This record gives sequence, C-alpha cells and structure tokens, in this order.
Amino acid sequence: MALPKHTELHYRIWHYFYLTICGAVFFFLIAPLFVIFPLSFNAEEFLSFSDGMKSLDPDAFSLRWYKDMIYGTKNPWGLAAKNSFIIAIFATIGSVLLGTVAALGLSSRHMPYKGIIMAILISPMIVPLIISGVAIFFFMAKAGLAATHTGIVLAHIILGTPFVVITVTATLSGFDHSVTRAAASLGSNPVNTFMKITLPLILPGVISGGLFAFVTSFDEVVVVLFLAGLENTTIPIQMWTGLREQLSPTILAVATCLIILSTLILVTAELLRRRSERLRGINR
Amino acid sequence: MSSETKQILTTDGIPLEVSLKKAERRNKIKAFLLVAPLLLFLIITYVFPIGDMLLRSVDDKMVTEMLPKTFKAMEKWDGKELPEEEVFEAFYLDFRQLVDDKREGKLSTQLNYTKNGFKSIIKKLRRKSKNFEEGNYKEQIMAVHKRWADVEYWKAIKRRAPAITGQKYLKGMDMYKNESGEIVSVEEDRRIHRILWLRTLEIAFFVTLFCFLMAYPIAHLLATLPMKYSNLLMICVLLPFWTSLLVRTASWMILLQQQGVVNDFFVGIGLVADDARPEMMYNKTGTYVAMTQILLPFMVLPLYSVMKTISPSLMRAGKSLGGTPIVAFWKVYFPLTIPGIGAGCLLCFILAIGYYITPALVGGASGTLISNQIAFHMKSTLDWSFASAMGLMLLSGVLVIYWLYNKIVGIDNIKLG
Repeated sequence: MALPKHTELHYRIWHYFYLTICGAVFFFLIAPLFVIFPLSFNAEEFLSFSDGMKSLDPDAFSLRWYKDMIYGTKNPWGLAAKNSFIIAIFATIGSVLLGTVAALGLSSRHMPYKGIIMAILISPMIVPLIISGVAIFFFMAKAGLAATHTGIVLAHIILGTPFVVITVTATLSGFDHSVTRAAASLGSNPVNTFMKITLPLILPGVISGGLFAFVTSFDEVVVVLFLAGLENTTIPIQMWTGLREQLSPTILAVATCLIILSTLILVTAELLRRRSERLRGINR
Repeated sequence: MSSETKQILTTDGIPLEVSLKKAERRNKIKAFLLVAPLLLFLIITYVFPIGDMLLRSVDDKMVTEMLPKTFKAMEKWDGKELPEEEVFEAFYLDFRQLVDDKREGKLSTQLNYTKNGFKSIIKKLRRKSKNFEEGNYKEQIMAVHKRWADVEYWKAIKRRAPAITGQKYLKGMDMYKNESGEIVSVEEDRRIHRILWLRTLEIAFFVTLFCFLMAYPIAHLLATLPMKYSNLLMICVLLPFWTSLLVRTASWMILLQQQGVVNDFFVGIGLVADDARPEMMYNKTGTYVAMTQILLPFMVLPLYSVMKTISPSLMRAGKSLGGTPIVAFWKVYFPLTIPGIGAGCLLCFILAIGYYITPALVGGASGTLISNQIAFHMKSTLDWSFASAMGLMLLSGVLVIYWLYNKIVGIDNIKLG
C-alpha cells in the first residue's frame, strides 16, 4: 500500500502507525507457534533457548526429543496417536454422513419447522463445551459407553455435525436445483441423481465440513477428559496431562508434528474454499 | 360462485388442488426424513442428557432414600417442639440399617451440608447405638450428645425430606436457606462462587474487548490489501485457527514461564533484573494473554468477511463530499461493519465464558473460571448435581446472550471462514 506523493505528513505518520500496529498483531498471532519449532530441537532439557542455540552451535540442537517421542520407554504417544486417528476418522465419517443428509433436507424449501430444527442441530456448537461434556458424560455412563472408543466417537459425532451442517447448507445455498430436476426428468432415480449430480457439485463443502469435523475430534479434550479411560487416551489428553504435570520437551516435538499437520489441513481447506468459490461464481 | 367454477382436474381425475397438496406433503415428509436421523441422534444423545442435567441438579433423593422411615414418621411432626418417640424409633431403625450398609458416613456428610455439627454426633451415635436397649429410643439417643436433644438439629433433618431441591442453585450463588427458611448469603469470606462468576464475566468481557481492538485493524488491512498480499497474511490468522488448542496453550506456557522466552528477552534488553522476573503465568495475566491470542481468529474472520463486502468507493465518496478521513470512517465505514463486530464479539464472548482448558493450564488459582469449578465438581468432589446446576446456570447465561444478540443484531448471518 504505497501512499500517493501528495499525502500530508500527519496522514503519512498515521498510515505507518497503522501498519506497525497491524504488524504487531500479526506477530502476536503467529510468533508463539514458531517458538515451539526451534525449541523442540533443543539438546538440553530446558524449555528456553540455551546459549549454544543462540549462537547457532550445531551441538546445541538434536533430535533426541523426537526419538523420545517415538521410541521412549513407557511411551504413551504411540497409543495416543493411534487412538486419536481411529476416533477422528470414524467421527468424521459419521458426522459427514449424518450432517450432509440433514443439510440436504434443511435446504429443501419444503422443510417444516426449519428454524427450531436448525437450532437443535447446531446447538452442540453453541453450548459451552464443558456443559456438553457433562451432558454427554451422563448419557454415555447410562448407556454403558463411558471409557469406550464407541462412546468417544459418538461424542465427537455430536460435536462435529454442526460444522458439516453449516458448511454444506452454505454450499447448497448457491446450488441450482434445476439441475436435479433436469436429471429427474431424464429418468434418473433420486439416489443416482444425488451421487452423479448433487454430490460432485457440493463436494468441496462436504470435504471442508469433514475437515472441520476431523479437526474438532482430533483436537477435542474437554469431553474426552470426562469420557476416556486409560485405554482410550488420545493425543490431546496426553498433552493435557503432560502440560499439567511437567513440561517436557517431548511435548514440543509432538506439538511441532501437530503444527505440521494443521498446516496441511489449512492448505487443503484453503484450496477447497477457493475451488468452491470459483464453482459458485460460474453458477451465478 | 366457486361451486359453479369447474374444478381443474389432473389426468387421474383428482382435483389439482388436492393433488398439489398431496405432493407438497410428500415433499415435506421427504425433507423431514432426511433430517430425521441426525435430529433423532442429537435428541437422544444430547438434548435429553441436558434435560437429565436439570433433573440431577434439583435431585435430592439421597437423604430421602437413606431415612425413609424417619421422614414417614416426621410427617405428623409439627416441627416446633422435639419430635415424639416414634420419630426417634424410626430414625434409630434407619440409622442401624445405614450402619450395617456402612453408609452412615454419607449421611453425616449430607446432613453436615444442611447444618454444621452433624459429623461428630453421628460418629458418636454410631458407637453408642451398638449397645442400645430396645424401647425408649428418644432418651437413649438424646443421651448420646446434647445436640441430639436440640430441636434445631431435628429441624435440619426434616428440611432434607423433599426429594427435589433448589439448594444447589442457591449454593452456586453462595446462598442458602437458613433455619427459618429465608434465603441468605453465606459469610463474606466464603463467597467463592460469586467471585468466580464475576471473574468469568470480567475475563470474557476484557478478552472480547482486546480481541476486538486487535482484530479490527488487521481485518481492515486484510480486506483492503490486494489479493496476493492478503492471502499470505491470511495464513497468519488461519494457521493458529487450525492449530490444536493445546499446542497454542503449550507455546504460551513456554513463552510466559519465569525462565521463559519473554522473560529472557526482558532481562536481555535490561527491562527487568534477572532476579526480579515478573510472574506472567499461573495468574490472570496469563489467562488474558493466552485467551486473547487463541480467540483472536474468531474475531478476525467475521470482521473480515463483512469488511470484504464494503466497497472502497464508499469511503472515497465520503471524503469527496468533504468529510475528513476520520469523519468518513466513523460515519460511513464503521456503521457498515457493525454486523461483523456483533458476530465476532458474540462468538468470542461465548467461547470465552465457557473456556476451560487454557485457564486450567495457565490460569493458576486467580485465573480460573466457572468451567474449571464445574470440572472440579465433576471429577474431584463427584458432586454431580452441583456441577449440573452450575452448568445450567452458565448455559442459561449463554442463551440470554444469544437472545439479546438476536434481538439487537439478528442471528442469521454467522458464517464460518
């Protein structure tokens, strides 16, 4: 944003002041994430930059915490990672199936009681997590599903569906319904129409809803803390215990891996968003 | 007239009106059937359990079930003088049963909530009651301790008779029902819950305010920069948004520790002495800083999506009509961003008010919120009915905020990313 030459001095000052503030806020947002990265390669057990690290001495850096993460004795991370992925994948599949089908119904103009039903469907996103946690725990305890993978998957489906419902209804709002009618008039049955016409068109919305659901499940700790037993430990639970008891650099190694994962998810989500924006642009 | 106009028929000979209505109904059912699986799932696993919380929060059956005979006998008691022999006898029988089941400890805890001083006399009664002779239980029980002869203690027991109580809600507000049934506050130095509610509101309010003050300029910058720059900067907002909450909290713990990076930096530039490093974590400062950074993207994204739709020519028009940039901003630009401000603030405030993980990790004792108290009662004291009551109080607060927001701004334009 270059200023025109004739800009008066005090506007010039104001403009640079504004840019400085913006720079500071961006720094505040992103810098904490980048502190983790170098510290996870620390050769020592402290969580601050050693003198060797400051002078970029190669001996001050090591992979020992990554080794500890993977091979460490009585290591919880392997099991936690396995559980986290299994739970997140099943929760995502469940959320996407239930959420997409519900979104199709919701965006039909024949849908009765749309307001109240929408409110119920997205309520898990609005209600504070701690309350959802308590309520879901009561249900799972009664149903005998506490401390089981099934219970946690169901809980995460509850928390993940609102995101799918919202993203898919948003995609469907720009959807031209005459194409499905065209398909129907050409003799296609509803299932076939959905698979061949509707789904490919709303796929970006479905996938980005699925990404939200995946991240929600993969990241979720409040509800899992109530539900999980020793066997169901997940990465967030291990991080939570680790952060509460002692901050070991191994956690930073795990955190670095998680940041890389979230970068990948961010890139996918952004590409999808742009694609769907392009598609909707053509539709209009 | 209408009877004379010929009805339009479909090819099947059914009036068109009827046929259309039928089709309409079929479409309604079809749409509803699509929503039904998720709706049913959520009602069973989520809506009912929240209703269950309501039942639990007023549930007071524990004492009612422990002393069934006593409360039956007490029905005839007017509650003024000491009760008759039959109440004492019933109490003795209930109590023997509890001792046999080893549950008298629970009774003493429960009764002690109602009135202080039950713990010791129940212990004493347990020891002495082994040698009780049959008959005349009133005198034998009264002889155990002088408090058993005090009518106030019997009144306290009677107060626990109803199976439904609002006392957990009162406790959540640091109030209780005294002997004469009035609702009064607990002593000044024991009002922990009120402090927590106020602190939760205060932290949620200031975190929202800080988020707004920081998000507004950068959302404006993102919305006005050319696409290729703004996409790059957008990553700074989206990467934290997609990153695990625990990772972000962990990084703040590393930064804010006494031996942490920020303190090292302060010492390095000579701002503070090495032996006087300020405590920035395990107190309110830590909660404020970490929560503001974590919730900032939730403020930036709605603001950005609203600002993106404001045409830059509006500001130019304002200026060309003689407004200074400040006037043009205040009269033209700012009012147009109000929906975004509303959505962002609502999102931030509601997320902040129910925050649990970050305050628990960086908040210490002075930075914890009401959620932490709920979790504490769920996991440590196992007073689930109290946890439910506080959860529902928090939930009704959140719903009130939604309702207000809907009245003032309108809820229909909340978007994700």
